[in-house]
Amino acid sequence: MSEHHHKETFVTKYIFSQDHKMISKQFLITGMFMGIIAVLMSMLFRLQLAWPDTSFTIIEAFLGHHQTDGIMSPDIYLALVTIHGTIMVFFVLTAGLSGTFSNLLIPLQIGARDMASGFLNMVSYWLFFLSSIIMVISLFVEAGPASAGWTIYPPLSALPQAIPGSGAGMTLWLVSMSIFIASSLIGALNYIVTVLNLRTKGMKMTRLPLTIWAFFITAIIGVVSFPVLLSAALLLVFDRSFGTSFYLSDIFISGEVLHYQGGSPVLFEHLFWFLGHPEVYIVLLPALGITSEVISTNARKPIFGYRAMVMSIIAIAFLSTIVWGHHMFISGMNPFLGSVFTFTTLLIAIPSAVKAFNYVTTLWKGNLQLNPAMLFSIGLVSTFVTGGLTGLVLGDSALDINIHDTYFVVAHFHLVMGVSAIFGMYAGIYHWFPKMYGRLMNKTLGYWHFWITIVCAYGVFWPMHFIGLAGLPRRYYSNTAFPMFDDLADIQIVITIFALVGGVAQIIFLANYFISIYRGEKATQNPWKSNTLEWTTPVEHIHGNWPGKLPEVHRWAYDYSKRVDPNDDDSDYLHGQDYVLQTTPLLEGEEES
Amino acid sequence: MLALFYIFIGVAIGVSFWQITRILNFRGVIANDEDNAKQGKYSLYFLVYLYAIMIYCLIAMNVIMLPESASIEGEHDDRLFNITFWLIGIVQFFMQFLIFYFTFKYKGNKNNKAKFYADSHKLEMIWTIIPAVVLVVLIGYGLWQWNNVMDLDDEDAVVIEVYSYQWGWHARYAGEDNTLGQGNVNFIEGINTMGVNMNDKNSQDDKQVAELYLPKGKKVHFKFRSQDVLHSAYMPHFRAQMNCVPGMVTEFGFTPKYTTEEMRMQSEVIEKTKGINIVRAAKGEELYEFNYLLLCNKICGTSHYSMQMKITVVEQEEYDKWISEQPTLATVINK
Repeated sequence: MSEHHHKETFVTKYIFSQDHKMISKQFLITGMFMGIIAVLMSMLFRLQLAWPDTSFTIIEAFLGHHQTDGIMSPDIYLALVTIHGTIMVFFVLTAGLSGTFSNLLIPLQIGARDMASGFLNMVSYWLFFLSSIIMVISLFVEAGPASAGWTIYPPLSALPQAIPGSGAGMTLWLVSMSIFIASSLIGALNYIVTVLNLRTKGMKMTRLPLTIWAFFITAIIGVVSFPVLLSAALLLVFDRSFGTSFYLSDIFISGEVLHYQGGSPVLFEHLFWFLGHPEVYIVLLPALGITSEVISTNARKPIFGYRAMVMSIIAIAFLSTIVWGHHMFISGMNPFLGSVFTFTTLLIAIPSAVKAFNYVTTLWKGNLQLNPAMLFSIGLVSTFVTGGLTGLVLGDSALDINIHDTYFVVAHFHLVMGVSAIFGMYAGIYHWFPKMYGRLMNKTLGYWHFWITIVCAYGVFWPMHFIGLAGLPRRYYSNTAFPMFDDLADIQIVITIFALVGGVAQIIFLANYFISIYRGEKATQNPWKSNTLEWTTPVEHIHGNWPGKLPEVHRWAYDYSKRVDPNDDDSDYLHGQDYVLQTTPLLEGEEES
Repeated sequence: MLALFYIFIGVAIGVSFWQITRILNFRGVIANDEDNAKQGKYSLYFLVYLYAIMIYCLIAMNVIMLPESASIEGEHDDRLFNITFWLIGIVQFFMQFLIFYFTFKYKGNKNNKAKFYADSHKLEMIWTIIPAVVLVVLIGYGLWQWNNVMDLDDEDAVVIEVYSYQWGWHARYAGEDNTLGQGNVNFIEGINTMGVNMNDKNSQDDKQVAELYLPKGKKVHFKFRSQDVLHSAYMPHFRAQMNCVPGMVTEFGFTPKYTTEEMRMQSEVIEKTKGINIVRAAKGEELYEFNYLLLCNKICGTSHYSMQMKITVVEQEEYDKWISEQPTLATVINK
């Protein structure tokens, strides 16, 4: 490509930018903004759960007419958990995570000048932005935002008579999510096309870094499953506004029989979870991909079992589309289906176990550079194991009967997809911050951020398993209506304290992030001594990523600490250093790993 | 008061930013050997913390757990749960040890070299096959138990309809003929709150009640209906739960094993009740006595958190006496 500079105005550079690096930052900052809202919400409802009878000024300040004397109303409690879930799952961990890192890393790590379609990429961001705005607007609707749970099961979500949030709040939720799905589909198609078509010379699929494998497979799951949620949402819109009966039948509410005949909420559950379960992996796989890269780089060791890692990503992705029924064991569907879904669900444990063991083996005999990104990756492995193991309990239909929709489930999915994915996201931010801003984040603050966060994460979610085993259902505004749960009050208080400390500790991260943009130490070209292509680009951003020719790839991404004689640990490093860039040609007689 | 609160928040944010900017003045952004040594040590401390809370919760929270299953079918649930729990517990302790101990043991140092170790088919086979074998056992037992619980074929079972609405429960016993009359929301009128079709001959001897009584040792066959939105009938002590879905009838069944009185005498229940009553006494509330409960476990609106129905399990004779005292729908509605 010849060196011709586009004339860039402020608007084309910072707002309607088509440069993937700028778009990734836009995704990240929008995601962070939404994340702050969702964390604040969780802090508010944790206050309610710990001290249900206590008046809080902060609740008075935030919740307006949805509270009386500093005590929130049951309806707004349900709204808070609903919006917390929606924002976290979709806006932070899907768009914020995939949007940021797929955009930043796909072109940089495969050696492309930009995404296949810069224009669609820009459209994808602006649709996401629009859907975020609509979701935020829905918080200010008179009757409150959507309150039927993030799973928006009808009839509760279909009938404003059933809960106030199912009026205008729910309408805005559906509009926002429909736009969100469009954004995410456009993004995912772009990622797939880019990975398939724009790899630089020598970048065979088998040489792709695991990050790219993860983003690529994630995009495929997204394309397969998001349209189903869109159709589910559209049918719900029809039921709500045009009198159809896809999900509704035989309903008597507010003293009258409604006209709906012949629909079934179970249909909605099937459609919803056909996205809903793959969504878990849409959230998790990019985090696992980032972790693979960060652990390998910082352990100065090749990722153990590259092929097995790729195979397990593919296996997880495939299985993720045929397990949705484990959310519905007791929904009233045929028990035989329950058996099938138990079988497929528990199978996922195998590729997941392979991944966990491979991470641990990568740590073994490494030379671990404990940067904040590395610690967050190690933290991810820890929470992924903890949360994944309890999946064996929940995925077993017979056991699920009694713990379905209890706090055990809340603890399980927060650890395995919430905390893990957030840790992956933090790891990615600390690691690739120099690629975003040409500066590095402060490590002391990074360490504080990590240790406080992981201590609090376990402090919140480990005890939560046990109140679930005590039978406490989730989404209860307070447990005071049942004397049998009175002995759980102390535990709720402990959990809330951990949650508040953990939530406030994220300020450390925000400050570190925003101050480092302007005042962080200037980065060198390859600060982490990494092998992948993004570290061969100049520190200063340029449109097109590489000045002059695109790099050529000669080896896989994980030749860390490779010796002259790969079987002799005492021999010298290849090329005299503990990393070999992917652009370095193989030596004569050298075997590719 | 509100102004004070805002001032406090403002000051707190100000102070934390000031502190953070001070830290930011320490340059140095990439971990050096000193950092590695420090963070490695912290990872070991963290392992201790993690073990401490894991063990503490396992021991201290035993008392808050649900007591042993009060239904015969639930016994296998408890056993399967224990097997699974021990298994994942051991793996959890082992894996967390490896993760954080390795972080400590292999912390970076410029004199160290990492081992170049990219692949081992043998190891990967081991950790593919072992989980697979273990899973076969868990899946096998789980599926057997699932079929066991879901098998509702029992001619002599007591048939009870449980009916949910925003926000409460009704129940209807099938009466002499042990067959429930047809029900639909279109029949709701006045005191016919469950929408029973009174033209159906099976409806005449049905009995609507406000609280459940179950006979010990006899299979109970529940049929669930919902009037408005999704609810879920959750009976944790019996290891039983099923969603109530408007527009369809869902089913579940179990055989109560202990009467309410017997349950109250169990050591686990006595312990838990004691704990609860310490809390209640401190708040000056009346003391708690164990009862079986049916609670709603599917988000259903404003009063979801308090939607419940009491269940009492009694000996067969007592049950027979109680049920015979309940009036039939024919006498109540067609009066």
